[in-house]
Amino acid sequence: MALTGVEIFKMLPKTNCKKCGFPTCLAFAMQLAQRKASLDACPDVSEDAKQKLGEASAPPIRPITIGAGARAVKVGEETVLFRHEKKFVNPSILAITIKDTDGDDAVAAKISECLTSEIDRVGQKLKIDALCLVNESNDAGKFDALAKSVASKAPDVAVILSTENVDAAKAAIANFAGKKPLLYGATEANAEEMAKLAKASGASLGIKADGLDALSTLSDKVKGLGVDDIVLDSGAKTAKEMVEHNTYIRRAVLKKGNKSLGYPVINIAVRGDNMLETLIAGLGIAKYAAVVVLSSAEKWKNLVMFTLRQNIYTDPQVPMQVEQKVYEIGSPKPESPLIVTTNFSLTYFIVAGEIENSKVPTWLAIMDCEGLSVLTAWAAGKFTASKIAAFIKDSGVEGKIANKELIIPGYVAILSGALEEKLEGWKITVGPREANALPSYLKSRTA
Amino acid sequence: MAFTPPKETNTGKVYSVTMGTGDKAVTIGGENVLPFHGFEGVVPNKPVIAFDVMDIAPVDWPDTVREIYAGVSDDPVTWAKFCVEKFNAKAICLRLAGTHPDNGNRSTAEAAETVKKVLDAVSVPLIILGSNHVEKDTEVLVKTAEVAKGRNCVIGKAQEANYKTVAAAAMAHDHLLIAMSELDINLSKQLNIMITQLGFNKEKIIIDPMCSALGYGLEYTYTVMERIRLAALTQNDVTMQQPIVGDVGMYVWKIKEVSASEDTLPMWGALKERGIGWEAQTATALLMSGAELLIMRHPEAVAAVEAFINEMI
Ligand code: B12
Ligand code: SF4
Repeated sequence: MALTGVEIFKMLPKTNCKKCGFPTCLAFAMQLAQRKASLDACPDVSEDAKQKLGEASAPPIRPITIGAGARAVKVGEETVLFRHEKKFVNPSILAITIKDTDGDDAVAAKISECLTSEIDRVGQKLKIDALCLVNESNDAGKFDALAKSVASKAPDVAVILSTENVDAAKAAIANFAGKKPLLYGATEANAEEMAKLAKASGASLGIKADGLDALSTLSDKVKGLGVDDIVLDSGAKTAKEMVEHNTYIRRAVLKKGNKSLGYPVINIAVRGDNMLETLIAGLGIAKYAAVVVLSSAEKWKNLVMFTLRQNIYTDPQVPMQVEQKVYEIGSPKPESPLIVTTNFSLTYFIVAGEIENSKVPTWLAIMDCEGLSVLTAWAAGKFTASKIAAFIKDSGVEGKIANKELIIPGYVAILSGALEEKLEGWKITVGPREANALPSYLKSRTA
Repeated sequence: MAFTPPKETNTGKVYSVTMGTGDKAVTIGGENVLPFHGFEGVVPNKPVIAFDVMDIAPVDWPDTVREIYAGVSDDPVTWAKFCVEKFNAKAICLRLAGTHPDNGNRSTAEAAETVKKVLDAVSVPLIILGSNHVEKDTEVLVKTAEVAKGRNCVIGKAQEANYKTVAAAAMAHDHLLIAMSELDINLSKQLNIMITQLGFNKEKIIIDPMCSALGYGLEYTYTVMERIRLAALTQNDVTMQQPIVGDVGMYVWKIKEVSASEDTLPMWGALKERGIGWEAQTATALLMSGAELLIMRHPEAVAAVEAFINEMI
């Protein structure tokens, strides 16, 4: 449970020496309690206080990193239940399963599905984050063979090792030294050995129990065995159980100060029907799963899941936006067309993408409208004739182009008259409404 | 350590609203907890999905969904019957898109005639929507509400600019009413208040906070719905306790992701599954945030969402 300012104050040196940048120890303590300052700022704090305060100021849901290097992924650290309160922090990890009973071709196909999953959407690179190796055979040799194959073919990908068989775990985990895999399979029965193995291998430990009571007990137990990085599986088999368990866990941790379950949650979304599996993954993404395990990652399915994850994890206060400037799409020449629109990321990427499709080099003037779409910006009075005119004049684009013609989005056709008045000597042309009409529109202009 | 479930019980409750008449009538809402939180309260009714049917042929729908209705979609009556008989539609949404001045400008009389015929042909509940042209809708919805009297339909959408007439028509002929505002909890609340101030029963309103598709503003709709539900339940705000509708199909089946071919965009994968997945995912996201009624287009997307609902209860 978080400490109050006064409780923290009691542990500080109480000298009011100001080295922390605050006038008094009490003022510093108040800031610490609100997580607005870091304990490191006080050079004189005792080791004992450091430890106690460190524990108390740790994020309620422990951050955990799976994998190492460029493809390492971090989960946990969430601070709210609903996204309007505050931005969700670390997007859910999507992992696809490979079983050690799968044939070589199937294994190769799954690995390549993961490695080629990256899609660029609205300027973000989205991908399948991890491979979940499943010890379906319960045989240590087979699991080790699969681990070897993955470690060599996909050396950078974060790995989850799913097995309750300690020998199989030992064999497989040796292939991922220094790569922080998630060892997923500690149960009441094997907790001691799994905990030992996880510690020895620098792995985080996924613990499995049937229900939240048993999960709490098991969590306390492995913590007592010295494991810090824990991932929780409550045994939720259905969507109904997922919502119930995930909600109770997050609520208990954030609102009741529960420590036993202050860790990221893993959910299995694997279903017989692929469309249903996609929707169950969506449930995990929206409702508090840190790791979602899937059976497959077809491209259509990825696009659906990635987009949902991006939507749910965007900052509710700040729309995604791009910098205001005149972008050169293709290599525009003085006689190339000039288009203006707003700096909402989605708007920019859609319009820029369609200009690229058209293969017609174009000047794309992106105006700062605080990240609002064309119509929203217009309705909010940020994309008006006078503001557009001022932006075009200040942008210096006039010196780069041969014809003073400006193409505006079809949805704001209404602005054309006023713009012609404000931008003297310019011709204002109304473009199509939807960006997907841009390729044929731009081509027909040059034809 | 034993775990004590941190149950949260609420003072507020969503009104339960029954649409239609007879044994095909359906009820939505009634829960006193967040969506699918049956573990800490009562969730008496499942969400309902209505199939989207139009008074004009769906020429601008992408192939994936248009071809399903090939041969029936020239006529709203056959189209509606097809949805009920073939896909077991629990409700129909008749969208009078052809009454829009820019889209055929069908007359009010024609629209009323269509509504009458569809009502005669199907016994499931009917949602009757205008073309989203505020002036024309007033006329069209007044007349259609009249011919639909006695069937307890859902009339919509009433917006700030036309709610007085549309609500009066729904009230005069005993229908339910969709109140649509634009992605803002305060606007939604305000519209509900203005409608009830006309004497309209607050328990006969369905909130449309405005839909948006996955990847195209879904997070805004998601969060507005979530906030409306929280206000209804945790603050017992009686002006926000109506069921919520997600007009999903219309927003989904016009974006690039559901129509661009795999040949042009290989990174996006199979077009058919992509389209169905897009509609289904948009729909389930909104169910999780608060919607009880959905309007959808692709039967496979509907089936997937129903499978999801069944796993959730
Ligand atoms: C999400 C949203 C919001 C979000 C903001 C999201 C954002 N970052 O902009 C929020 C909730 C904040 C919001 C607020 C408001 N909104 Co709003 N909002 C929407 C919504 C649902 C989607 C907008 C969107 O993201 N579109 C996607 C982007 C990519 O579209 P776009 O920028 O227009 O780009 C497309 C085309 O214009 C074209 N294009 C773009 N540039 C160019 C250039 C050329 C040359 C060409 C050819 C084409 C082209 O390409 C794109 C794809 O085709 C729309 C309704 C809808 N479904 O469209 C309403 C909408 C835009 N909002 C509207 C309104 C009125 C408002 C508010 C004023 C009212 C309110 N509810 O409070 C406020 C104002 C905001 C403020 N700060 O004051 C109205 C505008 C009505 C009008 N005609 O004026 C709309 C249309 C809803 C409606 N039907 O009434 N909104
Ligand atoms: S640096 Fe430490 S001892 Fe000095 S005022 Fe700040 S909290 Fe107190």
